[in-house]
Amino acid sequence: MISDKVKLQPEVIEAVVIRFVGDSGDGMQLTGTQFSDTSAMFGNDIATFPNYPSEIRAPQGSLYGVSGFQVHIGSVEVSTPGDNLDLLVAMNPAGLKTNLYAVKPGHTIIVDTDAFSKKNLEKAQYETNPLEDGSLENYRIIQVDMTSLTKEALKEVEGLDNKSIVRSKNMFALGMVYWMYGRSKEHTIEFFNKKFKTKPNLIEANTKVLNAGYFFAETLELIPNAYTISPAKMKPGTYRIIMGNTATAWGFLAAAEKSGLELFLGSYPITPATDILHELVKHKHFGVKAFQAEDEIAGIASAIGASFAGDLAITTTSGPGLALKGEALGLAMIMELPLVVVNVQRGGPSTGLPTKTEQSDLLQAMYGRNGESPVIVIAASTPADCFQYAYEAAKLSLEHMTPVILLTDGYIANGSAPWKIKSLKDLPEIKNRISKNASEDFHPYERDEETLARNWAIPGTAGLEHRIGGLEKDRITGNVSQAPENHEKMTKIRAEKIKRVQNFIPDIKTEFAETGDLLVIGWGGTYGSLHSAVKQINEDGYKNIGFAHFNYINPLPKNTEELLTRFKKIIVCELNNGQFAKILRINFEGFKIHQFNKIQGLPFGNNELIAEFKKLVD
Amino acid sequence: METTIEQKYTFKDFTSDQEVRWCPGCDDYVILRSMQKALPEMGVKREDVVFISGIGCSSRFPYYMNTYGMHTIHGRAPGIASGVKLANPDLSVWVMTGDGDSMAIGGNHFIHVLRRNINLNIVMFNNEIYGLTKGQFSPTSLVGQKTKSSPYGNTQPPFQPGELALGAGARFFARIGGNVPKEMTQLFIDAHKFKGTSLIEVLQNCVIFNDGCFKNITDKAVKEDKQIFLEHGKPMIFGKNRDKGLILKGLKLEVVTIGENGIAQEDLLVHDAKEKDLTLHQMLVRLEYPVATGIIRSYEDVTLEEREDELTAQVKANSNFKKTDDLFFSGETYTVK
Repeated sequence: MISDKVKLQPEVIEAVVIRFVGDSGDGMQLTGTQFSDTSAMFGNDIATFPNYPSEIRAPQGSLYGVSGFQVHIGSVEVSTPGDNLDLLVAMNPAGLKTNLYAVKPGHTIIVDTDAFSKKNLEKAQYETNPLEDGSLENYRIIQVDMTSLTKEALKEVEGLDNKSIVRSKNMFALGMVYWMYGRSKEHTIEFFNKKFKTKPNLIEANTKVLNAGYFFAETLELIPNAYTISPAKMKPGTYRIIMGNTATAWGFLAAAEKSGLELFLGSYPITPATDILHELVKHKHFGVKAFQAEDEIAGIASAIGASFAGDLAITTTSGPGLALKGEALGLAMIMELPLVVVNVQRGGPSTGLPTKTEQSDLLQAMYGRNGESPVIVIAASTPADCFQYAYEAAKLSLEHMTPVILLTDGYIANGSAPWKIKSLKDLPEIKNRISKNASEDFHPYERDEETLARNWAIPGTAGLEHRIGGLEKDRITGNVSQAPENHEKMTKIRAEKIKRVQNFIPDIKTEFAETGDLLVIGWGGTYGSLHSAVKQINEDGYKNIGFAHFNYINPLPKNTEELLTRFKKIIVCELNNGQFAKILRINFEGFKIHQFNKIQGLPFGNNELIAEFKKLVD
Repeated sequence: METTIEQKYTFKDFTSDQEVRWCPGCDDYVILRSMQKALPEMGVKREDVVFISGIGCSSRFPYYMNTYGMHTIHGRAPGIASGVKLANPDLSVWVMTGDGDSMAIGGNHFIHVLRRNINLNIVMFNNEIYGLTKGQFSPTSLVGQKTKSSPYGNTQPPFQPGELALGAGARFFARIGGNVPKEMTQLFIDAHKFKGTSLIEVLQNCVIFNDGCFKNITDKAVKEDKQIFLEHGKPMIFGKNRDKGLILKGLKLEVVTIGENGIAQEDLLVHDAKEKDLTLHQMLVRLEYPVATGIIRSYEDVTLEEREDELTAQVKANSNFKKTDDLFFSGETYTVK
């Protein structure tokens, strides 16, 4: 008995990785979001990642219908949603079967035993019940009759049908996990009050079930101890939890306000980019014009029209949509109009893996247009910095009068993390190039000497009437010109204009080591995974391993070549078959560039990265 | 709406310094001059006029107009023009397109722009052939028509543009021969005045690849007998002698002669272009003899911009978010000290 009491003292741990899994209708995304929001407010650093099937409601209990939400919380810096699980909450046998591989041996699994019926076991292709056949003896299994306990808790609440009762069992699980990690229920109860404002019986029901789970865990002898994760040391400031796609949308809102322009979005729904559209349509109060077009092409076409008319114009899509937009993007490029194209990358080619992440549209973004048609390409690296890079994409586009492709991916777009809120006054100025004064000698293709950007004369301005189009144009007047030397000159000017953006972007910096044995290079959405792996290998006693992560891809930062000279070995890690490595090889000859590529629709794991680095330095 | 002005322009004010490069004798010249003459009558400022085109002979049009203009990519002009108009509803926006540009490669955009009813104007140059690529059949070419891509005769049945447009929800549809500048000029003015998407189909002769395709309808000698020029509120009457007309017999339009079989002028149908119901308008656009020209449909409806403006005003009035900072610092935030 005494030893039990000792165990009851909360154990202090630094970080924990939890995954909630169940049927796609079981509310696992909501459960995970509530837990991560509550933890963030408690002061933990967090990173989350949802994982759901491409079917909206797959058949109940099926292996391919399992929906999951993973959250990594820590009193230390957390840069990824984590690899292996400290706790798995499985609401049915299919969830257990498909996620057991990720649970660390000796760690905890909570299951709803009511869901382990013969039928559900069959659907999950279990021949025997894993809760009874001893196959889980390496784990600490907490078996709870969650469905029955939920029903019991709700027997006195009036006006609930059986379906609503059973559906609230996710809150029972959440209540248990709240108790285990010493979290307050307050945030979630507030959430019920808001969400079910007009349905008081649902507020009562959900609150009751949450409490029931919480007190069940407290009194249950099966749970021998609880954990404490202290608040993390984060930079002072006001924070909120933000999803990558929301951060992207907000970056454009901020850029519009800062530049004094109205924001126009032309878009067509496509996974995983649609949440940017969902977010921007809400903001009519800022005058946002969000236009859901008939297809991807009309999405970008309307944005080009809005740009010609003087709006900050953007279009959002994912890989297949970028392919459809290619021709129109070439038009915007030759007309030298500002335009931002957001590509939230997903697994390709073709329809590929729509709900999974990948970085395989890099070469498409760089070269996927007819003719010589360079555009600026930049990439965001975390859910929170989607804000910064959306803002930067708009700024570069407006100041350099060119389309910009912003690459994010399904992993950071759907992931969420704390964002230190940026006030508009703290953001850099954006100077648009709108010409206001009519002058006798206005020429649409006259350029700024420093940037080579042309002026932006918008309809409604008297005296600046002009015509532009997709045909090659005279380098001054903008009139159609097929003159051989003019075409070559214009091609080179357009290339030089993009190259000169180098003068306006930061140098690439390294983390952990300035020089040394191995340089780990990444770009875009893999920042969290790579950063945590390089950090760990340096902590493991390998002192000279540096890390450089690229957000600016076209053009590359000026000091890129010099960076490559500082390390004995170079490895480029990316979630594709080596696209950024190719770009480095094209640009910088004479370097041996190793590659580590993963093309499984999944982010990098810590261990696989470290193993790969060790191969090169051991 | 566009601001009206006192200043009086002439067609020269809308003529650009670019040399016009269509084939000699092309109806496109008629369309260009009609537009340059119509614009001064519209009371719109030159800087508020935007011409957007796709690809094809028709789509060279913006270069010849001394206004704002964009010569874009094949079939996408309606999408681009929609963006221009939504960004700045004060502009007078014109899409200049052809039968291939609008109904083949751009078919999707064409039907959706009509469905949405954005206040812009579309002029479709229909010559039943691809001109710029030198003579392939188009979506309006006839079955059996011999072209460079159908040497033994075209096997694909055509669209009837008016039927397609009305089916897609067009509120304004007019048709006009390519050789009648006076009537065409007036139609452009009427289209401009109409609130909503207006579509004008011009029966445009291609002198090189499909010469004479509308000869039997538009030639001076036959046009009065072969066309019925419709005017709202007037009886459906036609013919050199103004003695023919249309009546409804069962579910079909029938050509009758006044004075024969006891038919008097009062028995003829009276054209109601403003009727919401499409039935009669559809019959009129399908009619092969006589071919209906003039404004066939002109039904005023709420525009997309009006709906958007109303919603935006409502949302703005009810929102606490005036600046992005209001949004960013709203809701569930927390402070780290």
